[in-house]
Amino acid sequence: MELLMLLGLPLLGSLLLALIGRREWAPEANVLMSAGTFAAGVWLTAHVIAHGPMLVWHEQFFIDPFNVFLVILTSFIGLTTSLFSRPYLRTEEHHGRLNRRQLRLYHSMFQLFIFTMLLALTTNNMGILWVAMEAATLTTVLLVSLYRTPASIEAAWKYFILCGVGLAQALFGTILLYFAAEKVLGNAGSTALLWTHLNEVKGQLEPTVLSLAFVFMLVGYGTKVGLAPLHNWLPDAHAEGPTPVSAVLSGLLLNVALYAVVRCKVLVEGSVRSDLAGNLMMGFGLLSLVLAAFLLWRQKDIKRLFAYSSIEHMGIATFAFGMGGPVANFAALLHMTVHSLTKSSLFFTVGHATQKAGTQVMDKIRGLITSNPTVGWGLMLGTLAILGMPPFGVFTSEFLILITAMREHPWATPILLLGLGVAFGAIFSRVQAMVFGETSLPRLPHPPALVPVFAQLALVLMLGLYIPPHLAAWYREAARLIG
Amino acid sequence: MPTLAFSSQLINLCAALLLLLSFAMLSQRRVLTLVDLFAMQGGTLFVSIMVVAWSTGQPHLYYSAALTLILKVILLPLILHRLIRRLGAQWESETLLNTPITMLAGLLLVIFAFTLAQPISQLANTVTRGTLGIALAVVMLAFLMMITRRKAVTQVIGFLAMENGLFFAATSATYGMPMVVELGVALDVLVSMVILGIFFFHIREQFDSLDLHNMESLKED
Repeated sequence: MELLMLLGLPLLGSLLLALIGRREWAPEANVLMSAGTFAAGVWLTAHVIAHGPMLVWHEQFFIDPFNVFLVILTSFIGLTTSLFSRPYLRTEEHHGRLNRRQLRLYHSMFQLFIFTMLLALTTNNMGILWVAMEAATLTTVLLVSLYRTPASIEAAWKYFILCGVGLAQALFGTILLYFAAEKVLGNAGSTALLWTHLNEVKGQLEPTVLSLAFVFMLVGYGTKVGLAPLHNWLPDAHAEGPTPVSAVLSGLLLNVALYAVVRCKVLVEGSVRSDLAGNLMMGFGLLSLVLAAFLLWRQKDIKRLFAYSSIEHMGIATFAFGMGGPVANFAALLHMTVHSLTKSSLFFTVGHATQKAGTQVMDKIRGLITSNPTVGWGLMLGTLAILGMPPFGVFTSEFLILITAMREHPWATPILLLGLGVAFGAIFSRVQAMVFGETSLPRLPHPPALVPVFAQLALVLMLGLYIPPHLAAWYREAARLIG
Repeated sequence: MPTLAFSSQLINLCAALLLLLSFAMLSQRRVLTLVDLFAMQGGTLFVSIMVVAWSTGQPHLYYSAALTLILKVILLPLILHRLIRRLGAQWESETLLNTPITMLAGLLLVIFAFTLAQPISQLANTVTRGTLGIALAVVMLAFLMMITRRKAVTQVIGFLAMENGLFFAATSATYGMPMVVELGVALDVLVSMVILGIFFFHIREQFDSLDLHNMESLKED
């Protein structure tokens, strides 16, 4: 029932907004639908806390501590993004960059995107997981090209082709997984792609097939996580799409893709009994971290800057999942949470700042703190949070990852520190110049929505200082499941 | 029901045809002919799934074959034909990179695919086990086509041909994926075709041609 609401509301919302999306109050309807989805997410979470993991609808859907926290995070960021997009898109319309038809497309596709994310998270079927990931690409590709400028169309094309090819690899991996599973489970009743069943028999699955399957799935879903060297689509899609889309791409899509990788890794580790899966993830993770950190220095566009920062953080989380073990998994889950919260709030402030300045070029954005103190402070605090300054939550997760790396893989520590240090220098110097300094920027026609920004940053701050025992128990349980 | 040896030979024949068609697509310059080749590839895929369904008596494979026939042989080529006509691109052809070198690269990919699939094929107990290597080769050749071409339409045909290879892999390794997954995949393919169709018009509107050479502004790093 909770699940039906959770999945039904965004689907219904997308149909509804496709019909009424031209009305003046469509953004409010969008907020309302997202709030409903979030409420359903909270309800589902309460149910899982009270009654333990759920397996419903002929075992097609499965909720455990690992995905339920991502469900609630996804629906929460869906809600805050819809709150942010309300004034943001009105201002864009006011500036004549978007018309009502495009707004209708945006609202409808936004809800559909949230639906695909939630479907990918809650499904128990590895095949449906793939279908939902591909559908997520399809819903966002038209959002990336919403402005219809040459650059945005190019970015969307690149996004579509690269992710399409990547996901084709993941489908091949899924076929191989099915092939291995079918031998053990048989193909009667098609239980052979259900994760819970696979997890029970993972010890009997053929190791050679599964290791090959994992390589394909890591490359496939890894393209969507934005792991280097498959990250090419990510900065373009983030920079050229409207800012709310950048926020959900960074805050949600990357997480869900990483979730898919981790689900595969659990199966493969149980079968192969070697560190192949973990080592591959650690390698890709470190490469992404270092490459993104150095590329950060070359950025001129503020949204590209934070897009590269997303690659960097996804690299850290992938590395941590690759190390495995209770502490590293705990840290990786925490890192996914705080990164989503911080990065989407950063994109919200960046959205308002670029609207004010009328450009995304960092050299032209100056003195935000004098022209609009709340936007300026939001950007500064968000930047400090994302750079892993204590007492924010990113510090806690990065610290945990670092000490685990020191203990178990000492060789990786200097690489991690190098990446973090280089990224710190690159981002801090740029943002500092944008926040302080002289300015004469005009005011925005619609007051910016800064409540979500500060609410999310407050959550990140709270997670840095104090993780509620419920949540900690939950992370520990999920970390134990991942192994 | 035919004997297994006979149907296995039929499937091998289909697999060989698929591979041949992949090479033909790789070297075809004219866009419309490419669409026809793609339809033929879909047709071969349909025949091979029918043979597997017939010889093994797996009922859900008939649905899967019907899905292939409707989607890959009729609907997608029809949409592509109409799109190309409406874009006025039916006489367009594109200059290829050095054809012999592309062919040679294709050959190497086929060898690579066979080596990769070798250990897995030995584990399979389906009548179609030898064809997994060919399925992987079809996927990789489609990938090569996407890399070497610069026209939006040809890249899309490459993308769809890749999906054909994946469907063939699913039939040859496992007698097809569960129905719900196949339906989902088919839906995704259809929707992506529609979206790409919209895209063609956007691209032409902004760049005055479907040539992706014009798209190089986002190449700073």
